[in-house]
Amino acid sequence: MDHFPLLTAIMLAPIIGALFLSFLPREADKIIKMVSALTMMVALGLVIYAYEMYDFNLGGMQFVESRAWIQDLGVSFILGVDGISLPMLLLTVLIGFSTVFASWNITKRSKEFFILLLILLAGVTGTFITQDLFIFLLFYEMVVIPIYIMVLIWGSSKRVSKEYSGMKLTIYLLLGSAFMLVGIIDLYLNAYPSGMRTFSMTALAQANQLGNLSEGFQIFTFFLLMIGFGSLLSMWPLHSWSPDGYAGAPTAVSMIHAGVLKKIGGYGLIRIGLLILPLGAKFWAPWIALLAVCNVLYAGFIALVQKDLKYVIGYSSVSHMGYVLIGFAALNGTGMNGAIGNMFAHGIMSALFFAMIGYVYEKTHTRYIPDLGGLAHQMPRVATGFMLAGMASLGLPGLIGFIPEFTIFVGAFREYPVYALLAISGIIFTALYILRVLANVLFGPRRTEFDGCADARGVELVPLIVLGSVLVVFGVFPQMLMGMVNSGVEPMVPFLTKLHAAPALLGGLFR
Amino acid sequence: MFNEYALHHAWLIPLLPAIAFVVIGFFLRKSPVLSAFLAITMSMVSFILSLGVGYGVVVQHITVEHPLIDKIPWVDIAGLSINMGMYIDPVSALMLFIVTLVSLLVQIYAVGYMKGDDGFGRFFAYLSLFAATMLGLIIAVNFVQMFIFWELVGLCSYLLIGYYFHKPSACEASKKAFMTTRIGDFGLLLGILLLQIVFGTLDFAQLTIAIPEYVQQYGTGVLTVAALLIFAGPIAKSGQFPLHVWLPDAMEGPTPVSALIHAATMVVAGVYLVVRVFFLYSMLPNVMLIIAWVGGFTACFAATIAITQQDIKRILAYSTISQLGYMMLALGVGSVTASMFHLMTHAFFKALMFLAAGSVMHGLHDKGNIFEMGGLRHKMPITFAAMTIGVLAISGIPPFAGFFSKDEILLAVSEVSAPLYIIAVVTAFMTAFYMFRLLFLVFCGPEKPENNPHEAPSTMKFSLIILSIFAIIGGYIPHVYHFGEWIRFGDASHEGLNWTIAATSMVLSVLAMALAWLIYGSGKVSPDRLAMRFSTLYNVSYHKYYIDELYLWLNYTFVRGFGKILYWLDLYIVDGIVNGLAKLTYRMGDELRQWQTGYLQQYGLILFGAILIMVVWLVITAPISMASLRGGAY
Amino acid sequence: MISLVHYLTVAAILFIIGVYGVLTKRNIVTILMSIELMLNAVNINLVAFSRFIQPEVLTGQVFSIFTITVAASEVAVGLALLFRVYHDYDTVHIDKLNRMRW
Repeated sequence: MDHFPLLTAIMLAPIIGALFLSFLPREADKIIKMVSALTMMVALGLVIYAYEMYDFNLGGMQFVESRAWIQDLGVSFILGVDGISLPMLLLTVLIGFSTVFASWNITKRSKEFFILLLILLAGVTGTFITQDLFIFLLFYEMVVIPIYIMVLIWGSSKRVSKEYSGMKLTIYLLLGSAFMLVGIIDLYLNAYPSGMRTFSMTALAQANQLGNLSEGFQIFTFFLLMIGFGSLLSMWPLHSWSPDGYAGAPTAVSMIHAGVLKKIGGYGLIRIGLLILPLGAKFWAPWIALLAVCNVLYAGFIALVQKDLKYVIGYSSVSHMGYVLIGFAALNGTGMNGAIGNMFAHGIMSALFFAMIGYVYEKTHTRYIPDLGGLAHQMPRVATGFMLAGMASLGLPGLIGFIPEFTIFVGAFREYPVYALLAISGIIFTALYILRVLANVLFGPRRTEFDGCADARGVELVPLIVLGSVLVVFGVFPQMLMGMVNSGVEPMVPFLTKLHAAPALLGGLFR
Repeated sequence: MFNEYALHHAWLIPLLPAIAFVVIGFFLRKSPVLSAFLAITMSMVSFILSLGVGYGVVVQHITVEHPLIDKIPWVDIAGLSINMGMYIDPVSALMLFIVTLVSLLVQIYAVGYMKGDDGFGRFFAYLSLFAATMLGLIIAVNFVQMFIFWELVGLCSYLLIGYYFHKPSACEASKKAFMTTRIGDFGLLLGILLLQIVFGTLDFAQLTIAIPEYVQQYGTGVLTVAALLIFAGPIAKSGQFPLHVWLPDAMEGPTPVSALIHAATMVVAGVYLVVRVFFLYSMLPNVMLIIAWVGGFTACFAATIAITQQDIKRILAYSTISQLGYMMLALGVGSVTASMFHLMTHAFFKALMFLAAGSVMHGLHDKGNIFEMGGLRHKMPITFAAMTIGVLAISGIPPFAGFFSKDEILLAVSEVSAPLYIIAVVTAFMTAFYMFRLLFLVFCGPEKPENNPHEAPSTMKFSLIILSIFAIIGGYIPHVYHFGEWIRFGDASHEGLNWTIAATSMVLSVLAMALAWLIYGSGKVSPDRLAMRFSTLYNVSYHKYYIDELYLWLNYTFVRGFGKILYWLDLYIVDGIVNGLAKLTYRMGDELRQWQTGYLQQYGLILFGAILIMVVWLVITAPISMASLRGGAY
Repeated sequence: MISLVHYLTVAAILFIIGVYGVLTKRNIVTILMSIELMLNAVNINLVAFSRFIQPEVLTGQVFSIFTITVAASEVAVGLALLFRVYHDYDTVHIDKLNRMRW
């Protein structure tokens, strides 16, 4: 199977689907949806195949494809996955598959919607499998534009208009990518002084070992990347796009955004920030840890007083990203494992949450928590989904969120006891706002005004079943996820240990 | 043969109810008969297996020092590896026996109690899940497994308290239970993490070896912190002061749940955790003292509240808190034997009393106030008998179970601390008083015609009778078989009675009974007059020392207030900066736009003006070329 | 004798008149006429340079014929647009045609 370009196929599947859709008449609503579903099913199948075929013992980059592209600039089309990107890839297609079904009831311009959705998914897939920074940026930009259009046309507005939220989302992300771009160009120009120019991540990662990157340079460039990826990851105080953006976006976009797009930030921090600029990462790690604590507690407290369901989950996702950040900032194998695992876990649970909120909104036409109540009477299945997502979100063992969080805590506690203590106290506030939502939306006396609201049924159940079973299965057998992540992190451990042992630089001031 | 099989397949004990949960949850929810049948069958098999385990432990001489451990890797990543497995020693075998027994009986009872309820299948699914997670907790081999199931039993408790989710009070109670225990879990998690950082392992067996060595080398500083943090978990889970507030509210759940989870099994998980990690606590006398005082204070404190409560289940709930305090007290003074003994007898008689209370409420159509009952002994003889046995047992009247276990605790306490002994004795007195108060008010006196009670159905009676038997003979089990040699930590504990202490507590109990009869039974002293006379004391006790109000106020003022302040900050400062930047860009564009009038002719004028200037400039600065032009031949 | 400078002067005067017209007139017809003037000034330049610098080849003349052709088509398109504008807005006054202006 060496010759079959598996990763290209995974990336191209949605694009081919989108192309095919563009030739369909717009009246063929059912067929459009079927084709999208089929496309994502193919992609999902291929990724699951890749996940199964990945050789743990070998580790490292596998399924590598490499083609020269723009040789003068040193750009080449390199694809490959390892234990870090493979879970992200799986996450992308799982959520992508679910979003198609979560958007099954879209009737307004469904053809355009699904074309954009598929392009968006192809873009996200691309960012996770490419090993070339240029292509990475290319795919990233490919993601932003469909989102803008989708928010504007299919979005909904509450506190802020959908135009505002779409604009905020897009501009924020583009601004982040501008910082990223500067950082990457900086890196590109300075990594190899004499003529050799490359965008390849692997080649760039060696530049530090060769001593090409001075400490000052690394600190500066990492800062640029930190701003870029940080705003993508909604690192405090660059988070304010996230709740507003989710609130305005249609269900599918919220799911993809919270589920996958944010993870590009964390993925980039590890893959580009840490591996290429380790000294920069070491310098900024204590600051990241501090911001992470802000994320966890600040957003957690704010989620407590929100009245719009999507805002609660929006702030909750900001809060959860704090755990990812502090796991990253620990700069040890355990924390890194946890950070990546938690990105996956949070992706699944937040996507499920947004899918369920989408159903509730579709049926009751409100997301305002005081207006809701007792929905478990009319919609037991949606309530089950809510419960699952909520319990996973508050880190209940046996669901996907617990082991990654625990791993992060172990990793972070070792490095930053005080920060970790504060971050761990987040589990109390998380429980507080999640339980508040569950109690106010699902439980309580039966309300007759919702009697007409049908429970999720038929294909609407697909997101619930797919994401819900992933939540449970990966929760009960966490090694299925963590083993894969670990195979990507394990090779980094000596590197991280060396980084720790490296003389305390300017960063020593902050320890 | 069988005990061999049971010992090595002890993991089946939690697994079977888990299977029942999955099957009922997915397939049988709609069928009450099948779901109850499956759940009870699985519980029955689990019970038989745990009998086998108990027998195996005795026969194969598995002791506290030489437990049977079997484990498989669950998570194995850089810097962290977690196993799942089973840890069989006499303590866990005893717990398995108690939990499977009570769980089985409660499920049988629930068939009658929950009959006709809409969520019958769901109820049995939850009960099975609870049994599975509780049993998983008992056989935990390390802190992580313990914590995992610890949280999961919390989830089951949450689900079952909120079982009647249409009732707002039930929702609130379930939320409160989860939140309060979460606060304890926060401490527990921190303690576990601290141990992981210090020792690099969380395995009970490995820690048992590592901790004494560590103490010898480095002293007890870090361990004291870790032990106190870990103790936060039991404080919340076992309803110790100041995190006891959730337990009385948890009575919003169906009565079988109160009996199983909030009396006999889950709430003792905290006690069990302390016993399980006694290798840590036994090294830290200061922490032990704190445990003892927390337990002693809670026991006394809860008893003072129970005296004035009027809801039958709430009285029992406060009594549970009080008895849990007793168990903690026993642990604090170092007697695992007494604590576990009391845990066992308490599970029997408290479950019995709850089930009897459930039977009363079932017969009276969910009426809970004891002052509205009376004279029920005629119409509900079995329930009356069961409740009487329970009350006698908890009051420490021989020959019922509670007498022996309480005596053990009092003896252990008296050897360590006189003030704690006095507290324990006073508590015993109050316990007997409020329990007889309940008994007299509910079952004695004149019948109230509006109540129209009826005796419980046969499945309920069955459970009552079996538990009554255990509540009577439970105290002898240890004396027949050498309890103190099996269930202990360190040296084998003595068993048998200390007659001075036993006589003191017995006399006090009888006095309390007489006092209760004087006030509530005979009607010689009016309870209302007493309440009026000591109105401050009465109010403070009746309102549970206003602790709930305090917590609510704290939550609303500080937590939510802080949230509101931060939201304001987020909207107007953080987001304000973002929007401000956007506005700045907009303003700048707006300003620059003014320069672009849109009049083409203006642009043209500027263009030509510029060209003119350039030409003039060229003419001035380039004289040579101009000269050549001018002087050209043309 | 009429030298190159004379031709260039005439062309410059013509061009300036054209520029003045384009910049100041508000009627589109006048502006179009002024543009014609400027183009013609250029034509004179082209022919004059051609005649005085390289009389043997006719590059300038040929080029000016191209210019005239282009100018004609430009006027044709311009007038057609003008008619549409007049038809739609009832005016050819450019200050009134400010819909695209902020």
